[in-house]
Order: sequence, then structure tokens, then C-alpha cells
Amino acid sequence: MQLRRKDLLGIAELTAEEIQLILDTADSLKEISTRPIKKVPTLRGKTVVTLFYEPSTRTRMSFEIAAKRLSADTVNLTVAASSAVKGETLADTAYNLEAMQPDLLIIRHQASGAPYYLAQRLKCGVVNAGDGLHEHPTQALLDLMTVREAKGRLSGLKVAIIGDIAHSRVARSNIWAFTKMGSEVTVAGPATMLPPYLAAMGVRLVYSLEEAVRGADVIMMLRLQLERMGQWYLSTLREYSATFGLAPKHLALAKEDVIIMHPGPINRGVEISPEVADGPYSVILEQVTNGVAVRMAVLLLLIGGGT
Amino acid sequence: MSLLITGGLVVDPSQDLEEVRDLLIEQGRIAALEPPGRLPSEGRQVIDAQGLVVTPGLIDMHVHLREPGEEYKETIATGTLAAVRGGFTAVAAMPNTKPVNDNAATTRFILDQARRAGLARVYPVAAISVGLKGEALAEYADLKAAGAVALSDDGRPVMNALLMRRALEYAHTFELPIISHAEDLDLRADGVMHEGVVSVRLGLKGIPAAAEEVMVFRDVTLAQLTGARLHIAHVSTAGSVDIIRRAKAAGVPVTAETAPHYFHLTEEAVEGYDTNAKVNPPLRTTADIAAIKTGLADGTLDAIASDHAPHSSLEKDLEFVAAAFGLIGLETSLGLTLQLVHEGVISLSRAVALLSTNPAKILRLPGGTLAPGAVADVTIIDLHQQWQVDVHSFASKSRNCPFQGWRLKGKPRYTIIGGQLVWQADQG
Repeated sequence: MQLRRKDLLGIAELTAEEIQLILDTADSLKEISTRPIKKVPTLRGKTVVTLFYEPSTRTRMSFEIAAKRLSADTVNLTVAASSAVKGETLADTAYNLEAMQPDLLIIRHQASGAPYYLAQRLKCGVVNAGDGLHEHPTQALLDLMTVREAKGRLSGLKVAIIGDIAHSRVARSNIWAFTKMGSEVTVAGPATMLPPYLAAMGVRLVYSLEEAVRGADVIMMLRLQLERMGQWYLSTLREYSATFGLAPKHLALAKEDVIIMHPGPINRGVEISPEVADGPYSVILEQVTNGVAVRMAVLLLLIGGGT
Repeated sequence: MSLLITGGLVVDPSQDLEEVRDLLIEQGRIAALEPPGRLPSEGRQVIDAQGLVVTPGLIDMHVHLREPGEEYKETIATGTLAAVRGGFTAVAAMPNTKPVNDNAATTRFILDQARRAGLARVYPVAAISVGLKGEALAEYADLKAAGAVALSDDGRPVMNALLMRRALEYAHTFELPIISHAEDLDLRADGVMHEGVVSVRLGLKGIPAAAEEVMVFRDVTLAQLTGARLHIAHVSTAGSVDIIRRAKAAGVPVTAETAPHYFHLTEEAVEGYDTNAKVNPPLRTTADIAAIKTGLADGTLDAIASDHAPHSSLEKDLEFVAAAFGLIGLETSLGLTLQLVHEGVISLSRAVALLSTNPAKILRLPGGTLAPGAVADVTIIDLHQQWQVDVHSFASKSRNCPFQGWRLKGKPRYTIIGGQLVWQADQG
């Protein structure tokens, strides 16, 4: 099976069937990472370039490990070492990379839509590894995979996403992902971070953490960007933490088998207390493990054809 | 040399006229306007305008010609060629050039370049504040003497309310209108498109309608306070239309314009991160379009101006957030306005008022009328000619037009300025 598309740019344009295919493929590939020799030859001879204009540790490493476990060659280009600092445009950088004939370009960029811009111009495939405030599709896919493993299903679940929804590409991708798979999504945060237009994406908006987590099967906490304080999105960290930080007392409101997720990196003691992050309901590290499997699946489904 | 335009439907709101007339032009002025057949054609150049519409020359009261300083985007010569091809006999050029048109020398340079080009008339709009910095008043008496017809800090709104008050008063002294680019820069923050469902979906920072409306309200309040003439540029929201309607009812000396993209396109045009749809104020919603159409029909909005804002690929072929705001409109404005006539939103006479008579009145320009004695600026339009927008055929140097491929009905056929036939469409 293949995805009938050149690029993976966002969850918004994927069908439930395509998501299913990626998750099923990821499930079957997950076992490779537990072998003593963690490598299969599937993508031998393929070249995967990661082009990161924003700092990232786990996402880039996760893509790189995924590519290597499938035997693809990987090249990493970071913004600090690239020509961007010399004033080269994104398009010129991409054309130059493409001239070296990679099979896939994995891009993270601070501008929403940058991967779309490249996908329209390049013949090679483009994978969005996070664009501005827009989408982070592989994060949502690994979140779906983690929830499906824990719950055995994705439909009919109550999912609460809490934090700075306005500025979160993880939230956007997950809203699309969970609603497409038949779950009910509630988003919560202060109104400064919760634009009312979100309702058009098919989610419920509440301004109370307690209300959001009541009866939830899944609680997803978002990282608070600390620079938001300077733009009056919140008053103090102390108040944010007291109002929208997830603490052990909240878990009693949720379903008994609730799972706690976080895309990382965690601000311990801000949006999530250490007891919850490290507690028995947390699947935060499982998310990271599944990230490799999901990214292997994406690479395989996009450039694994014809082998 | 005299020119006789015969058999056309003359639409001239300044005389409340919409009838077939022959129009005689002599020595650059309208000499006579008579029922068909009364004016002899012997010894005269004749334009047969049967089946066509004859209007006072169209005036685009809000364009950016980019000269001096950004001649790679547009020059006064290419911009005025785009104007005459679009049916416009005159344009008002905004001052955000490099250097800024905040002094008599730059105003005179613009007029000299326009004279050299010999195409559409160019009426310079000079800066409210020196360097558009919102700090000191420019020399309005000097600017007026040099030929400026209005004052505006277009693109760099005046954030200081006291400076705006003084600018209105000082401009009033010299009978110059202030054109307000109504936008609160703090509320806009780093927004790049309309704040709404599409911005949330695309992960682009929004510019709320309120960023425009609070400043429209501020400025009409200041116009009321000072009694000075205020014109609101590029109205894009239902709320602004409402504020202006109420201000007019209260007798405030305010006029307003909108642009064709604000009654044809919504925030949806940004989908796919199309930078040609990145414009400030941003494309809004269907509810805003409805309110703007109502405002055009009921007289709340006085003029349609294109806000022709040429940019090259250097500013537009970029990530959406990095791209410049602005789109070009001189060669599509008439067709897009006539669309409203074909849809029955406004009458033909109202369209001519919006594109000619009213801009002439607001800026106190010659033209805007075909009354005998007036300057002979005339546009002759084929109301029913179907055509397809093709940016590659534009005279403008730039291509940043979101209407590429649109099918429109109605196109200029002849553009006459000061009695001279300056442009004529290819027949065929």
C-alpha cells in the first residue's frame, strides 16, 4: 500500500482511511525498533533531507532514527549552518537541495504554510515537521497511535486538549486528527489563547480545566510558551499553573483509565505537575517511542514504492 | 481639432443624465452634449459609440505608483499606462514612495514624471506627517501649492490621536482632505490576514475587524470635533460601514471608499497561502461583503478605488508571513465594479458616480462630469464585452493580482484625456 500523495503537509487534508493506513503501518513497523539489529533494508538508496529552521531535538532525531531504521541515507540541514543566515530565500535553498536529488524533504519552519510553499514548487516529496502555528501532522499521528494502543479504538473517546490552543500547531493537527477518527474534542484555556473561531473546527470550547477533563478518556497538555507573558496572553506563571496546570486532584474527574499526554518538552510545574507527568496515567514517553514508528510509516508510505 | 462621440449612452450622474447623446469635444473641453444627430460630423474626428456607454473619465483615487524609489515594481509611466488601459483618466498617487512624498520637490517630481508619460492625470496625495513617521506635520501649504490634492499616511497609520486632530485642523486651513488609513497597529500586532475561522485553521495570525473599526470611529469623532474633511480609505468591514453611515447621518464631513477586492473576495482566498490575497486591510467575510455592497448602494460608501499596490516576486514569492501586503487593481477595477451592475447591486449611474463623479468631488478635481465647459476626460465602455483576466497581458510591471483567470463582463474601449484619445482597445 502507498499513500496516493507526494507530500504529507497536514492532517486537515488526510482522510480517515489514510490515517488508518498510516497507523496500521506504524503498528507493524514498531517491532523493528525492539530488535537487536534495528534496521531493515526497505529504503536503501533513498535520500531523506531534514531542513529545520527552528530548534528541535526530538522531532528531528525521531525522523532521523526512523529513516535510518529503514536504511535511508539522511542529511540534516539546520538553520544556523545553512544559507538562510546569508539571506537566501526558502525557495532558493529548496531548489538547491532538490538539485542534489533527495527523495524526501522534511521541513520545520516558523512560517505557517512554508511546507505548502515548497510542495508546490518541488518535485520531491515534502513532509511537514511543524510549520508555524499551523500543523504538526506526525505529532498528531503518533498521538493517535498512542491512544489507539491504550484504548483499542479512536472513535467515541472524549479528548481534552488544554493550554495555548491559539499558538499550537500540535493542537490544530490533533483537533483534525481526533475529530476525523470520531472522537469528541474539548479544548480549554484562558480566552486569550482560545479564539472562538475554533468552534468551526468542530470542537467544544471551555474556559475551565476541570470542566474539560470531566469524563475525559484522554488529557493532552500543551507546552506553555513562556514568551507569551510579554504579549499579555496571561498574567503570571503562578496563576496559569494554578488555573490551567494539571495536578493529581484533576485526575479524579476524568475516566478511571484516563491517559495523560504531552508533546514535550515539558515545563514541569507549569502546565503539568511532576506527579502527573511521571505518574501511572502518563504515556508521555510512549508517545516518543511511537513517534519513531509513525515516522517510519510515513517515510515508507511516501517513498517506499517501487522497491 | 474637434472630436465627436456619437450615439453612445451617456451616463453622467453629475447631471443626472442617462440617455443617448452625441458629445462634442473642442480644445480639450466638453463643447456640447446634444440628442443624436444634431451636431454635424463634417470636419470632425468621429467615434461611433453606438451600443457603448460614455462616462466622465474614471478616477482611481487610491493607487501606489512606486516612483520615486521602487521603479522595479512600477513607474509613473507603467502605472498610468495600466490606468488608461483600465479606463481611468486620472489617479491619486499615495505618498509612501522612497523618498516619501512629504515635500514640494517630490510632489513636483511626480507631476513632472506624469507629464512626461503623457497618459493618465496624476494627482499626488502628500504625507500627513514627515516621513510617514507620525511625529511632525508636513508642510501642507507648500504641498498644496506644488499640486498635492489630499494628505494621507496610507500604509503607516497615524497612531497618535492628537497628531491626527492637528492634522485635520491644519489641513482644513488649506482646504485639503485627510485620507485616513484606519488601522490600530497595536491591535493588528503581527497579524497577516483577517482574524476568523480561516486564520485559525491556517495557523496565521489574525487582524481583527476591530483594528480598523476603532480607528474609523476615532477619526470620524475627530472630524466631528474639528469640522475638517475626512475621507476613510479602503473600508473592509461591516462595522466600519455602520460607523460611517451613522457619522454621515449626524452630519460629520466624512466620505469613504472601498476596493473591488473587498466586495469580491473573502478570507477564503488566502487558502493555500496565496500571497496575492495578502492585503491590508485583509479580505474579510461574506457578511462584510454584504455590508459593503449595501454601503455602495445606499450612499454610505462614496467611491471605489483599487488601492493598486504593485509588488514584484521579491516581495510576493515568499512564505505567507514574509510576503508584502498589497495587490494590483487598475486593470480589473472597472470590470469588477461592473459586476455589481450586472448583479443588480448598484445601477450603472451609481457605478459611474463611485468611479468618477464622487472621487472628483472628494478631491475637488476637474473632471467627473460631462457638462459643457468641463475638461474633456471621457471613458467609453463596452458594458457587455466578456473577457478573462490575464495578468501577463497587464501594462503594470507587477503581477500580484488575485483575480487571475476570472471571467468578467464589461471593458473600457476608449480613454480620452483632455480631448485626446490616449488609449483605444484592440478591435476584434
